[in-house]
Amino acid sequence: MGRAVKIAMAGEGGQGVQSVAQILMDAAILEGKEALYIPNFGVEQRGGVTIAFLQIGDEKIGAPKFKIGDIVMALSDRAVRRTQMYVGPQTLFVYDSGIQGVEGDLPKNAKRVLAIPALETANKKLNPRVFNILIMGAVIGATGVVTVDNARQAIEKRLAYKFEQAPELRELNFKALQEGVNLVAGMGVS
Amino acid sequence: MAVEIELQPKMPKCWNLASKPHKFCPGCGHGLVLKALGQAIDELGIQDRVVFGCDIGCSLLSWDFFDVDSVQTHHGRTTPVLVGVKRANPDLIVVAYMGDGGGYAIGSQHLVNAANRNDRITAILCNNTIYAMTGGQMAPTSMPGQKTETTPYGRDVNEQGYPMLGPEMVAAITHEGAYVARGTVSKLRTLKGYIKKALENQIAGRGFSFVEALSTCPTNWRTNAQQTWAFLEENMQGYFPVGELKVPADAAGGASEGEEE
Amino acid sequence: MSETSAKPVEGERKVFMTGNEAVCWAALAAGAEIMYGYPITPQNEIMHYWTRNVPKFGRRFLQTEDELSAGFTTIGGVLAGRRAFTATAGPGNVLMQEPLSMAEAMRIPVVVVIQQRGGPSTATVIYSQQEVTLTCFGGNGEGLRIVYSTSSLQELYDYTIKAFNTAWKYRFPTFVLADGYQAKMRESLNIYDPAARGIEMVPTEPFLGRPGKIGEGREAAHLRNTYNIEEELAEVLERDIADYERVAPEIVEHDSFNTGDCDLLVVAHGIVFRSAAMAVRDMAGQGKKIGFFRPITLRPFPEEQFRAAAAKAKTLLVAESAYGQLLKIVQQNLYGSTVPIRTLLKPGVGITPEEITDECSAILAGKGA
Repeated sequence: MGRAVKIAMAGEGGQGVQSVAQILMDAAILEGKEALYIPNFGVEQRGGVTIAFLQIGDEKIGAPKFKIGDIVMALSDRAVRRTQMYVGPQTLFVYDSGIQGVEGDLPKNAKRVLAIPALETANKKLNPRVFNILIMGAVIGATGVVTVDNARQAIEKRLAYKFEQAPELRELNFKALQEGVNLVAGMGVS
Repeated sequence: MAVEIELQPKMPKCWNLASKPHKFCPGCGHGLVLKALGQAIDELGIQDRVVFGCDIGCSLLSWDFFDVDSVQTHHGRTTPVLVGVKRANPDLIVVAYMGDGGGYAIGSQHLVNAANRNDRITAILCNNTIYAMTGGQMAPTSMPGQKTETTPYGRDVNEQGYPMLGPEMVAAITHEGAYVARGTVSKLRTLKGYIKKALENQIAGRGFSFVEALSTCPTNWRTNAQQTWAFLEENMQGYFPVGELKVPADAAGGASEGEEE
Repeated sequence: MSETSAKPVEGERKVFMTGNEAVCWAALAAGAEIMYGYPITPQNEIMHYWTRNVPKFGRRFLQTEDELSAGFTTIGGVLAGRRAFTATAGPGNVLMQEPLSMAEAMRIPVVVVIQQRGGPSTATVIYSQQEVTLTCFGGNGEGLRIVYSTSSLQELYDYTIKAFNTAWKYRFPTFVLADGYQAKMRESLNIYDPAARGIEMVPTEPFLGRPGKIGEGREAAHLRNTYNIEEELAEVLERDIADYERVAPEIVEHDSFNTGDCDLLVVAHGIVFRSAAMAVRDMAGQGKKIGFFRPITLRPFPEEQFRAAAAKAKTLLVAESAYGQLLKIVQQNLYGSTVPIRTLLKPGVGITPEEITDECSAILAGKGA
């Protein structure tokens, strides 16, 4: 990995965007990489779109925010509109195919726009609660920024307190991660 | 019998003789309040542990009044400075000395919150119904109808509100352990008793201690001695009732009303 | 507070944490005994982490009624001889200037961490570099303060520790000036016990409430900030200003790169410096004659070093997330120089390396004014 991979993830509050970014960062740390994570915060976070900025690289990361992401991911209609500003010619734009009414708002300048049935997959095959982990799997599948193994470890670490109370959640999360990887495997993006 | 009367009035031991005679105007009540405080410090034997902080206004002139560790602060900010000292070193006995403007106007949020937090400090507020140092403007405690530089036709309660009842407010918001009283320089021994109890309350670690002292300002009131005393005893004491408003259950009995000099 | 037993940080270790957390651990490691604070975004988590650690390490905390009180209680804590600090931002920094002018007047070594947010007024809780003028020169005085502008979480940790030593050594109020990005972002840094790096903490001492009997071995302290006559004030100020100017050369810090004979010298501080450094190093790698100068102390400013670097540059570019606050300091320190100054001024928003690269490329290509 030469220059750092820049990832922006956006969604509605409660969709778990910030948690996913931090788990991804933890996984990068496990690989001995450098990473920088910063949430957008402010008045907007109360009832607005939440965005996580994450950069992963081999060397210390430069500036905390960036104009154009390598991967921009939007998990709601408002997030699709809000994240257009981070899309450029090198951007892989990923959004959930279940989001309605955004056809006209999808970026036209992206390197590639990818619709993935994450929410549908989570609902049908797993549980809506692990939608965010499934998305994380998709990011990993699309970019290989971290290994699935390290992602599992990072999930284990961050959600240990939940797994203690409900051990079945562990398998559910790991399955979601793998489903996410699988979702993009056939799309030829990695 | 020819008793050798001391030519100098007896000064409290903790007074700083180098700063005497003091800098207050003739007839000013500050010197009396500080005499009561000095006597209380002497009687409690705490001179070496006291930290005295003074506000801006005429209270500032007390900055070198005592031979105790003293600090000038800002207008209204004496309370937080001494809260900071006390929180950092609870062994010290801290006294925040301020006027009615500093305590009830610009620094009222500090007084209210220190009282509500039950900070173990002693605040002494000198109420002379006026901003004296700045030349006689209306204070939160100016009396209805009182002529000041900013109420030249008299304080109109419909326009400027009523005089602030500080101890009543502090008593209302404090909880168990607080000591609240209002004294007057016309009953100095009683005032000293209140101040002493306020210090004892801090030493015992019970809680916030607050004494308002009704005081005089003939310079800005533009009164002669007789009028000054009448304004204090008739007008002010009629509106601002003197006495203890809150005494912790485990504190020693009421302050001695004693014989007044 | 002397019951402190376990060291908060043993030896040295690499961690990933947020800037607010790093400030807290640095203050703990530096032996700060008491924090006074009032909630304001984006510095809140400094208090959150601090309060969680208070019982573990025998420290103290007071949540005050406002920033005036936070500043004045911090002064009280220092007067009592404690390594005391507070943290604030934006409108809180505005209120904090009143107590800080008292600290400046009385040479009270308070430490204040500023996480800049957008301004003026409430503006944003996010980020800016708009509190430079306020932090360096706020208050009704000359700005006899020391202001460190950090650009990474490692520096946030290093300079928070250093701020306590600078404050207590020189007896001027000392600031760690960061911003909302540094407060909220998470990256790697090494945290350490200062002793493990051979850093000795400058001892503290009480100004008030010193031990001993008054009149027998010690005099009562009478600390002033008010004077009756002009000459009395002038005497104090002349002494303090002379002290400040004498120690300034020991205090100033800067970082620079490629400053010998460059076509363009980029001047930036704080987090914007990171973008500047990336852009400049990239372009220098491509053979451009470009360098950077970064003041670490904004107050006192590394004037001599800056003038030397600027003298060898054909053009300067000042980049900051403010509309001319660093620029004003730069211009003042360049008095008499004729080097042209170009600007990239973006009040209240971040500046990316790409933006600096674009600006530099345009200047080097001879475009624009």
